[in-house]
Amino acid sequence: MQHKILKNLFIFLVFFFLYLPILVLVVFSFNTSRMNIVFEGFTFDWYKVLFENRSLLEAFKNTMIVSLVSTLCSTIVGTLSAYVLHRYNFFGKKLIVKLLYIPIVIPEIVLGISLLSIYTLMKLDLGMFTLILSHIAFSIPYVIISVKSVLTQLNPQMEDAAKDLGANAFHVFWNVILPNLVPGIISGAMLAFTLSLDDVVISYFTAGPGSNTLPLKIYSMIKTGITPDVNALSTIILVFTLFILILVSIKQMRKIKKEARV
Amino acid sequence: MNRIFKRLASLPISFYCLLLILLPLVYIFFLSFLKSDSYGGFTYVFTLQNYLKLFDVVYLKVFAQSFFIAFITTVICILISYPFCLFVNEKSKMVQSILMTLVILPFLTNSLIRTYGWMVLLRKEGIINTILLNFHIIKEPLSLMYNNLGIIIGMVYTLLPFMILPLYSSISKIDPRYIEAAKDLGASKLTIFFKIIVPLTVSGLFNGVLMVFIPCIGYFFISDLLGGGKLMLLGNLIKNQFLTARDWPFGAAISIALLLVTYLLVRIYRKSGGEMDDLGGL
Repeated sequence: MQHKILKNLFIFLVFFFLYLPILVLVVFSFNTSRMNIVFEGFTFDWYKVLFENRSLLEAFKNTMIVSLVSTLCSTIVGTLSAYVLHRYNFFGKKLIVKLLYIPIVIPEIVLGISLLSIYTLMKLDLGMFTLILSHIAFSIPYVIISVKSVLTQLNPQMEDAAKDLGANAFHVFWNVILPNLVPGIISGAMLAFTLSLDDVVISYFTAGPGSNTLPLKIYSMIKTGITPDVNALSTIILVFTLFILILVSIKQMRKIKKEARV
Repeated sequence: MNRIFKRLASLPISFYCLLLILLPLVYIFFLSFLKSDSYGGFTYVFTLQNYLKLFDVVYLKVFAQSFFIAFITTVICILISYPFCLFVNEKSKMVQSILMTLVILPFLTNSLIRTYGWMVLLRKEGIINTILLNFHIIKEPLSLMYNNLGIIIGMVYTLLPFMILPLYSSISKIDPRYIEAAKDLGASKLTIFFKIIVPLTVSGLFNGVLMVFIPCIGYFFISDLLGGGKLMLLGNLIKNQFLTARDWPFGAAISIALLLVTYLLVRIYRKSGGEMDDLGGL
């Protein structure tokens, strides 16, 4: 009995550790005092300050553009590539399969500086384009792994049947394989999107003057000093992320329930 | 038609691998052998100087400091994750899935914001010090950040789920009959842990080690914010070479050294029976 209490206490402490800084930020974003120490009174002022901050809104816009475009591109390329690597043999495939793990295992900073070097070599100006390209570069492998895990579970006879009935390679992929990959594609895209939203290290090296993203903006704000408008911004981002996650998990729950009924 | 589809469909991935993975790394490798000039550029002269410079006492210290912090962070993550995963694994399936979702949840939010949360907590005039002072537990505020302690707290916090998740996935796969059999035969809890649980979860463990140790060396923003920029880690050193000191060849040489360490850890992970596809899976 005592053991059980101690075990639960340990689990609780770990969660306390995980949620403490988040809780602090949310609570103090409503504090009248500037100081983030004692809670003096309730206010929405910091949110007002936030919405008058133009460079911040600009950074938010950039972040959304970069994350959405890079997620879209990496999901398309990743899905198609997962299928190609699964289904066909072609020259250089072995090398490609090995190379794909590199962005996952190497330190982000090395990927960041090597992309920066290559952009400089190609004389590309740092900006939205290089930023999006870099985000695509680090998220494609995650999409591929995610889609691959669904692909390997598909029944190979399905493809044979489609071919016997006269479908060509494109039709097989588009009409037979793709609809079955949807769960893998969605989780891959989700992963790519959250990775892109959160990325600091690679963006730090590959963003240009006009392409400040939210994490980069927050980084410079924190460095200059701690004020509650950063708390307010954090709270908004947290609520936004939670909202998306809950939406996705409700959808998945419904799907699981539906499948259970069938 | 079929052949055309195959050709066309394999083009994007080939271009991607060549242009965005292979070429940048080969170029960095090439850069690391060039001589830097004093204007932030480099001349195309072959030299080993950048690698020799790594053995300079100043830089050896940075290596030692980074590996020390990464090592301590990894050990703390292991010490928290094993009991946590084992205890969670004893719960019902429903509770388990809720708890694991709760582990992932904070990590889908911005990592800088969470680091900032720790700054609010750990500062000299921060929440933890204020509470301790008000309850007269301490007389002077503790230095909880702008030192190694702050960096380690930040790193453990940011990287903990990367240890918990792979470890949990291999612990939940253990057949409970093994543990029951060991108990019936009179094995103590420690024996069960070291002789059964650890050997069966070794690939999950090394997966976690890889995903904690390596990022820990490169996360310059955590040591910047919680270490106050006083302590130089490898990540900061590389960043400075590329953005402030503008000695790209030397920065490239440090990166290559870091890649070697990564390669070694991946080899160990593969030896332990780990699959590449299981890496980096949140």
